Amino acid sequence: MKEIAALIAGLLFSLGLILSGMTNPENIINFLDITGNWNPALAFVLMSAVVVTGVGYRLVWKRSTPIYEVSFSVPTNRILDKRLIIGSAIFGIGWGLVGLCPGPALASVFSENGVKVLVFIAAMVGGTLLQRAVSSMIERKAAVSVDG
Amino acid sequence: MNIDAITNALLGGSLIGLSAVFLMLTLGRISGISGITSGLLSLNLNKSDLWRGAFLVGLLSGPLAYLAVGGALPEVVLDKGYGYLIAGGVLVGFGSALGSGCTSGHGVCGIARVSPRSLVATVVFLATAIVTVYLSR
Repeated sequence: MKEIAALIAGLLFSLGLILSGMTNPENIINFLDITGNWNPALAFVLMSAVVVTGVGYRLVWKRSTPIYEVSFSVPTNRILDKRLIIGSAIFGIGWGLVGLCPGPALASVFSENGVKVLVFIAAMVGGTLLQRAVSSMIERKAAVSVDG
Repeated sequence: MNIDAITNALLGGSLIGLSAVFLMLTLGRISGISGITSGLLSLNLNKSDLWRGAFLVGLLSGPLAYLAVGGALPEVVLDKGYGYLIAGGVLVGFGSALGSGCTSGHGVCGIARVSPRSLVATVVFLATAIVTVYLSR
């Protein structure tokens, strides 16, 4: 049942992105292009998604557990650290360069530009693995300097 | 923007919200696409990661479902060259992994939870994305 629930959630998410035009990088770039031909669609999408999620989450959290799990897995970290700021800044540059982020990229593999989208996804996977490699290298160095 | 585009934006956004609420109700999870999918990039996956794969299948098959109910495949205007696609992809993958989230996890779910980390992350990535578009025009 867990997998069926996740499948439905992924499908709904995908349909929401498609219906709202967020799978089209042109719409993202035109939203970010505030000095040019500004297209506010993304603001409407974000606003309605946040309102529905915000109200829905609060209703769901009246329960003591989710339906198919023993507890809720919600992040509790509230510390604003360098990783968060630098990571988000880097993410934004990539997002602005192409107009794609992970959700819309995955939801537009089956499109007329599927090959280009797959190249973007492959690079995204590469970037994620690179970040892990860099982080573990830094942690190892830190561990060595503490030991020494 | 015409009325149709605004209606579609509001309906689409609400569907995204509904999906996020449904995943919280059933599995107690945040709908952060970078987090859900990067959990699959591991050499020791086990049964407890199956839901991630199922979510990914749902996300990938959206266009096919849309086609099946009489819609058209999503219009994806992507006139950027391969250099841009690769650089953008690497930065998006690296940045979302380092910053623990992307547009969905921080931008939608995080703001809905009024998480200070997500509010800051969203302001930062919107700012760098706006500057990037401005400079690349």
